Amino acid sequence: MVRLEPRRQHSQAMVYLSPVLAILMTLVVGGIIFAFMGKNPLDALYTFFILPINNSYGLSELFVKATPLVIIAVGLAMGFRANVWNIGAEGQLTMGAIFGGGLALYFYDSESVFLLPAMFVLGALGGAFWGAIPALLRTRFNANEILTSLMLTYVATLFLSFLVHGPWRNPEGFNFPESRPFPDAGLLPVIYDGTRVHLGTAVAVLVVIAGWLLLSKSVIGFQLRVVGKAPQAARHVGFRQKRMIWFTLLLSGGLAGLAGLFEVAGPIGQLQPSISPGYGFTAIIVAFLGRLHPVGILFGGLIMALTYLGGELAQITLGLPNAVTGLFQGILLFFLLACDVLTKYRVRFGSIAAKGRTA
Amino acid sequence: MGVATVTSTTGDAGTEAIKGAGPAQLEVRGVTKAFPGCLANDDISFRIEPGEIHALLGENGAGKSTLVKIIYGVLQADQGELIWEGAPVTIQSPHDARKMGIGLVFQHFSLFETMTVLENIALAMNDVRDMDALRKQVEEVEKTYGLPLDPDRHVYTLSVGERQRIEIVRCLLQNPKLLILDEPTSVLTPQEVEKLFETLRRLADEGCAILYISHKLHEVKALCQKATVLRGGKVVGGCDPREETAKSMAEMMIGQKLTAPDRGESRTFGDVRLDVSNLSLLSDEQFGTHLKDINLEVRGGEIMGVAGVAGNGQNELFRALAGETEQEAAPDTIKIDGKSVAHFGPRRRRRLGATFVPEERNGHGAVPDMSLSENGFLTAFRRMALSAKGLIREMPTKSFADNIIKTFDVRTTGAGAEAGSLSGGNLQKFIVGREILQDPGVLVISQPTWGVDAGAASAIHQALLDLAAKGTAVLVISQDLDEIFAICDSVVVMAEGKMSKPRPMADVSIEEIGLLMGGLHDLEGDVTPANNLEVEGGRVGQA
Repeated sequence: MVRLEPRRQHSQAMVYLSPVLAILMTLVVGGIIFAFMGKNPLDALYTFFILPINNSYGLSELFVKATPLVIIAVGLAMGFRANVWNIGAEGQLTMGAIFGGGLALYFYDSESVFLLPAMFVLGALGGAFWGAIPALLRTRFNANEILTSLMLTYVATLFLSFLVHGPWRNPEGFNFPESRPFPDAGLLPVIYDGTRVHLGTAVAVLVVIAGWLLLSKSVIGFQLRVVGKAPQAARHVGFRQKRMIWFTLLLSGGLAGLAGLFEVAGPIGQLQPSISPGYGFTAIIVAFLGRLHPVGILFGGLIMALTYLGGELAQITLGLPNAVTGLFQGILLFFLLACDVLTKYRVRFGSIAAKGRTA
Repeated sequence: MGVATVTSTTGDAGTEAIKGAGPAQLEVRGVTKAFPGCLANDDISFRIEPGEIHALLGENGAGKSTLVKIIYGVLQADQGELIWEGAPVTIQSPHDARKMGIGLVFQHFSLFETMTVLENIALAMNDVRDMDALRKQVEEVEKTYGLPLDPDRHVYTLSVGERQRIEIVRCLLQNPKLLILDEPTSVLTPQEVEKLFETLRRLADEGCAILYISHKLHEVKALCQKATVLRGGKVVGGCDPREETAKSMAEMMIGQKLTAPDRGESRTFGDVRLDVSNLSLLSDEQFGTHLKDINLEVRGGEIMGVAGVAGNGQNELFRALAGETEQEAAPDTIKIDGKSVAHFGPRRRRRLGATFVPEERNGHGAVPDMSLSENGFLTAFRRMALSAKGLIREMPTKSFADNIIKTFDVRTTGAGAEAGSLSGGNLQKFIVGREILQDPGVLVISQPTWGVDAGAASAIHQALLDLAAKGTAVLVISQDLDEIFAICDSVVVMAEGKMSKPRPMADVSIEEIGLLMGGLHDLEGDVTPANNLEVEGGRVGQA
């Protein structure tokens, strides 16, 4: 019989090593899968994980892809710490893009320097608004935020689709389902010439620092952790759970909205039916890969961004299906969770356990 | 032989033995168990005869729980062996243990909160086919042993005392040959304790061996025929409790002389600092006890005890005083230093100088997987100014925790240790110390020494007495009457959400309090205790 037995004390080193271990095992299993598909595993892994970033442009693309992942994941991690499970970052991202992008479309011939900051604000507000709905439903009606936030994702995606197919469609766009391109004043400046690395990447780094300060140095971060770890202790000292639900959903929604705006005002430059390859969902993996810690999330975001780039390259050069990206992300999450379980528990085989010797 | 077996290898020894001279029900031989960095059991040996009530004594951390877990198959010994009815056995799991006839009432209840009493009992049975038959069995055991329980109530609605009854009932259902009880009486009235003892004595007469773990030494004295004393994982002695005094056994346990709490000179009381008047409050919980017209006044320098059986509204009272309830009472029903606070949350009450220590340490009074530093910050960050501009001030936070650890002799590796790594007694000292060092005007403390070893308990009692001597009003909610008699100046009794009138400690006897605990109140009409003496105590008499 095999059973899991809680470890009396789990090694702190293992808590941080487990993501590394998970990545290594993902590579091994990925190699085996490539081999089964008739590709040389080492070549395939090289194409997937090294080739995308062995030149400076590739590296810059890594930052572009990691930017939304990191920004969203930092917000989500705050909620996860407090046991608030916002699964709908993808929808909040979309709403942020709609709110902020809508402003750019309304002032499509503006040259004002205030347009971009106003779009930031509106983007964050749009995401926060979409996060506020699950918060209200949870605090008022005790509706599970996992379900409500997830379902609202589809509402947001369809709403965007409606807008770009209908009222916001570019009148000069030959009936393509796209908005007008944003005016230059509504586009994020590129901060490194010759690449697509934009202002949002710098903001992502600031978000990481601010997130770290909030979580480990501030009273409100302390409250978050207490509410998550021991709700009764939180009630005892008057840290109100409802306030934490509002705070984390507004914060994570706002950050997701900001990330969405960065996408449409950065790499994309307009509204279109699809503005994200699932960044809002992938950010959940990023948050856990980074141990719900902002600095860890920075690395987690880079790794997950690599799976996007590798997946694209594998499609082009190896002719592998796009599903490879999702496959790698899934395998990684699986191994990560498995490593976490083994950090907290040890596997016991029943027959070996007996040690009471008979004299 | 390596395979788990419960059959005797010496066959004839058991059957031919004369009563009393036969093999022990259980013999523990040289059991050793090491954990990383700690030798929990070091060559422990003792034996329990059939029908013997055997006490296992020792401070928290002495290795009692580990030993019990080994006997019950939860842990496996590194060395040594268990002899059951004369034959060596390996007990691989609680399932095996139950099959052999070992029953255990855990100190921390292993119950599923969202399931009913009956479902919880069914889960612990090895093999249940017919729930109706089980229900009948349960009701029979409840009747035989006087353990009233509604099989269909959900566990989360039950008090600690009621939860323990489930554990006892489910052990008794399996007709155990060895029953292990870990701190079983902490939550019972004196009358109920006496009833439990009758149950246990009856079981022993029927030949069941009982291993009884308790800190309450006079109970051990009253109940047990033999005792084994553990200290630091080793057996340091055995005795016949009937020939010892509680004090001598306590000293054996802690390995040093014990001093009684120093109550100081005759105490004088100041102004009323905690004033509760006409407080009625619906319980937040579905099957909770509603508070009905609670009145009490605690003066500066006074320690007032709230006695009562678990589940009679003490939890609700604590939560109402600490500001944890969702229901709001009229503002002036609770006053701290004359200021109406019943509409305030916990933080504003704390700002007015009230501090609170809840009954449950892990997850209520402290966050187990946070450091002691952070746990110090948890309740003290306002009063001790441990935060500034929304940020945690690292240095003062750490030195506050260090101060608690030093002042209250908390045994730990340092302020960075996780609260959950401390033993019950040490964590309780830390939590009590955290509140006392905030120099409170009012301290409300629930079950200050539940599951705490004798050394820590006496330190906590002394700390409460010292605090009162400095002019703090202290309200002690406790099911331990010894504790109330040891440190309180006055006492009130709660039963079914109502509270008796306060009485000076000097004027009441333990029997009177026992009767009040059973719900015979002087509130409704003029029933005096004297009239009730012929009524059998406990809740039975109340119906």
